[in-house]
Amino acid sequence: MRFGVVVFPGSNCDHDAWYAVSRNLGQEAGYIWHDSPAIGDVDVVILPGGFSYGDYLRCGAIAKFSPVMAAVKRFAASGGLVLGICNGFQILVECGLLPGALIRNRGLKFICRPVDLSVETTDSPFTLKAEKGQVLRIPIAHGEGCYFADERTLDELEAEDRVVFRYVDNPNGSLRSIAGILNEGRNVMGMMPHPERAADPLMGSSDGRVILESMVAALATARP
Amino acid sequence: MNAITPDLIAAHQLSEEEYRRIVALLGRQPTYTELGIFSVMWSEHCSYKSSRLHLKKLPTRSGLVVQGPGENAGIIDVGDGYAIAFKIESHNHPSFIEPFQGAATGVGGILRDVFTMGARPIAVMDSLRFGPLDDPQVGGRNRRILEGVVSGIAYYGNCFGVPTIGGECVFEPCYNGNPLVNVFALGVFRKDEIFYARARGTGNPVVYVGAKTGRDGIHGASMASAEFTEESRQKRPNVQVGDPFLEKLLLEACLEAMKTGAVVGIQDMGAAGLTCSTCEMGSRGGAGIEIELQLVPQRETGMTPYEIMLSESQERMLLVVDKGREEEVFRVFRKWGLDAVTIGQVTRDGMLRVKDRGEVVAEIPNRALADEAPLYDRPHAAPLRAAPLDGPEFASRSLEADLVALLASGDISNKRWIWEQYDYMVRTNTTQGPGGDAAIVRIKETGTSVAMALDGNGRYCYLDPRQGAKLAVAECCRNLSTVGALPVAATNCLNFGNPERPEIMAQLVQAIEGMGEACAFFETPITGGNVSLYNETLGEAVYPTPVLGIVGLMKTTRPVTIPFKRPGRAVILLGGPGTCDPIRFGSTQYAKVILKQLWGMPPALDMDYEKRVQAAAREIVAADLAESAHDLSDGGLAVALAECSFGGVGAELDLASGLRPEFLLFHEGPSRVLISTSVPAEVERIAGRHGVEALRAGVTIEGVVRIRDCGVTLADCPIARLREPWDTALESRLRT
Repeated sequence: MRFGVVVFPGSNCDHDAWYAVSRNLGQEAGYIWHDSPAIGDVDVVILPGGFSYGDYLRCGAIAKFSPVMAAVKRFAASGGLVLGICNGFQILVECGLLPGALIRNRGLKFICRPVDLSVETTDSPFTLKAEKGQVLRIPIAHGEGCYFADERTLDELEAEDRVVFRYVDNPNGSLRSIAGILNEGRNVMGMMPHPERAADPLMGSSDGRVILESMVAALATARP
Repeated sequence: MNAITPDLIAAHQLSEEEYRRIVALLGRQPTYTELGIFSVMWSEHCSYKSSRLHLKKLPTRSGLVVQGPGENAGIIDVGDGYAIAFKIESHNHPSFIEPFQGAATGVGGILRDVFTMGARPIAVMDSLRFGPLDDPQVGGRNRRILEGVVSGIAYYGNCFGVPTIGGECVFEPCYNGNPLVNVFALGVFRKDEIFYARARGTGNPVVYVGAKTGRDGIHGASMASAEFTEESRQKRPNVQVGDPFLEKLLLEACLEAMKTGAVVGIQDMGAAGLTCSTCEMGSRGGAGIEIELQLVPQRETGMTPYEIMLSESQERMLLVVDKGREEEVFRVFRKWGLDAVTIGQVTRDGMLRVKDRGEVVAEIPNRALADEAPLYDRPHAAPLRAAPLDGPEFASRSLEADLVALLASGDISNKRWIWEQYDYMVRTNTTQGPGGDAAIVRIKETGTSVAMALDGNGRYCYLDPRQGAKLAVAECCRNLSTVGALPVAATNCLNFGNPERPEIMAQLVQAIEGMGEACAFFETPITGGNVSLYNETLGEAVYPTPVLGIVGLMKTTRPVTIPFKRPGRAVILLGGPGTCDPIRFGSTQYAKVILKQLWGMPPALDMDYEKRVQAAAREIVAADLAESAHDLSDGGLAVALAECSFGGVGAELDLASGLRPEFLLFHEGPSRVLISTSVPAEVERIAGRHGVEALRAGVTIEGVVRIRDCGVTLADCPIARLREPWDTALESRLRT
């Protein structure tokens, strides 16, 4: 499968995502420059973590205007898999591909720490190889990762089984402990924790691999 | 035009003698701009005029050293065609005046030093020293400084995308008015892709890249070369403002531009900004440089030549580019949305010539600025030391309570509140992050990992600068050896008071000599570093605080960590229980925290034995015989044992030391590592081969820390009782 990792000015987990997909998983992976009007021939788009445009104004607020985002939206609308990690999640909510917002951590400080996530649904191309209720140990590293949405949106997300991950021990004040969500079409996922940092046993955990492997499996089924 | 008066000269912190030297070098009176240029280049911060004579005593070479002192960073060969560049630098003065920006730009500056050589930064560490957070008079200010410094480091490093993987944080009243913020950075690159800060090739364009020049930070270098007075707070405009996003773009653009092959030389604009980068590049390349100030991108209007030359605006670089190939370089910077303009050219006359609208406003031989600064052999007598040799009579009322107090003390308590604000994992290389004896990053392209540690001990150095510096080197190397890495090279940051005081100068001289001796012995040459003098406020100097950053190499693997893993394992005190006497006990954390005094001498160090202990530890760890390993340092055996127990598995030690209980538990004699193992006989065999004592001290057990000596129980407590105060002390002190 071909993974495309978008590089915005200020992305800094782009290489990590590329490395996890290509070296830890052995899949094909390449970069997509933010300025390009097309995403090229890829099966998956990853919006990586970092500080796109310095996170000035608001996290992800400027990145949504990058030319490549129009192409990403088209790709998503046609059913393509899009994974937004950390800053990538923030960009997805800013550009309207996912509902809600990510606001300052409740403790007002940046937090870098491995956390436990429970898998809330396996009905998604991002978790089909996981078990429902399975606990994954995956690091977070963010200052603005508190998931926020109005009650109706939250109820809707839950009713439609679109909450993918919840924190076992909520580190940032996210409403209903939400760590990752899906769009209506279930082909776009945003999550604050970094699965690409948990894809190599040397890094202390390889629990993040199941997410990447699920995507590979989903694509293999979709494209026999 | 400002006339050059004695007052103006004094305001530039130049002595009359130095001014006469300037006149002699130029053969005329300097212009106002030239006076400014000389004042920053000849400042203590840029010229090392008080320390250079003594720095020459440090060892700087080994088979692995590719680049020693004198460049932006030192370089070490790590094998398989790869090299690492690393250096430590202080940002003490700015961090006191404006903690957030001071610390942030400290990180920015050292990162530029590393990537200006072509290396991609892969690790940052910080050595921090503050006044006590609960100081009755200035605790509030100390808390604000700490919070500002930590968030400044986090802000810059996290956004830039370099992991901040460890360091140290120490509290002493002597840092009340003068905190120390020392930042270490390390980068990796291919050995054949090293860039140097040299201007070469007459006619080659000089290209300015990055942020526009503003009025921020003018005279920052001179500020860092003076003591603090009551007026220092008014120097806030001298502190620069950092933009980590811009620096990230600069990093990517510079590394990409270097790949074009059109870059001849490159240097960042740090202290003394455009002045320093032009004349140092010229001097190193044996060339001249001519620039036109009207071409320099400017953020503000009406800036004078003096202001443009002395600005310390951040995130700027100066490149010398192959003539005719400018467009290749410009294309890269355009892609990253950065300003890149030609502001001058390399000449053959060796002069720094600065023009403003075609009119020459400064014309100075580059060598005069960069290499002919005055060199002072300042008088040095006996080092300043106001502590008695003998300490008080004392007897512990409760060794357990003492242990709890030590674990909750500023220096020993858990620093998680600090390091969780740092992204210590970005770039997915961190195999050991903060909280271990040493931090470790892997080099993805090879099978090698780099371990690193920062160590200093102001108390030891205050009592005996020479011995204290040696102990810092020994401990730093021990930290690396404990995780299985071979120490190979060092960088140093020398934080001292006013060198014009002979008793301070003596501290500096003796510390450098001690450090040199130890670095030669442990085969860790100094490849660069930084000297920060005038760390005084209202005549009160900080403890002499040389900080060592040492790097070691090891095979990439999951490293051994501090916590005991399983009950029923043998606990071995590699190196033995050590020795102590009442005089040596005066430098310990016990003396500081429990007795609230400082006396006597630092611990004794047998360098030969230390080296053998380290060799044994490395061999044991590399052979995967240790389930856990932790070196003994602040707080001695009892503190180390407690720290090993915080994972939930404790230990029961049964000793027959003959030492008095306070000494046995808390003395800080070096050359000791606490190991748990399932194969004690093999560990003993290796230790024996190195001529090192491997004391079978006890066995790991669930949930409890228990220490007996000669049949008497000295401590027996549940781990939770020790862990809780250690874990929460820093945060609760910050909340007061």
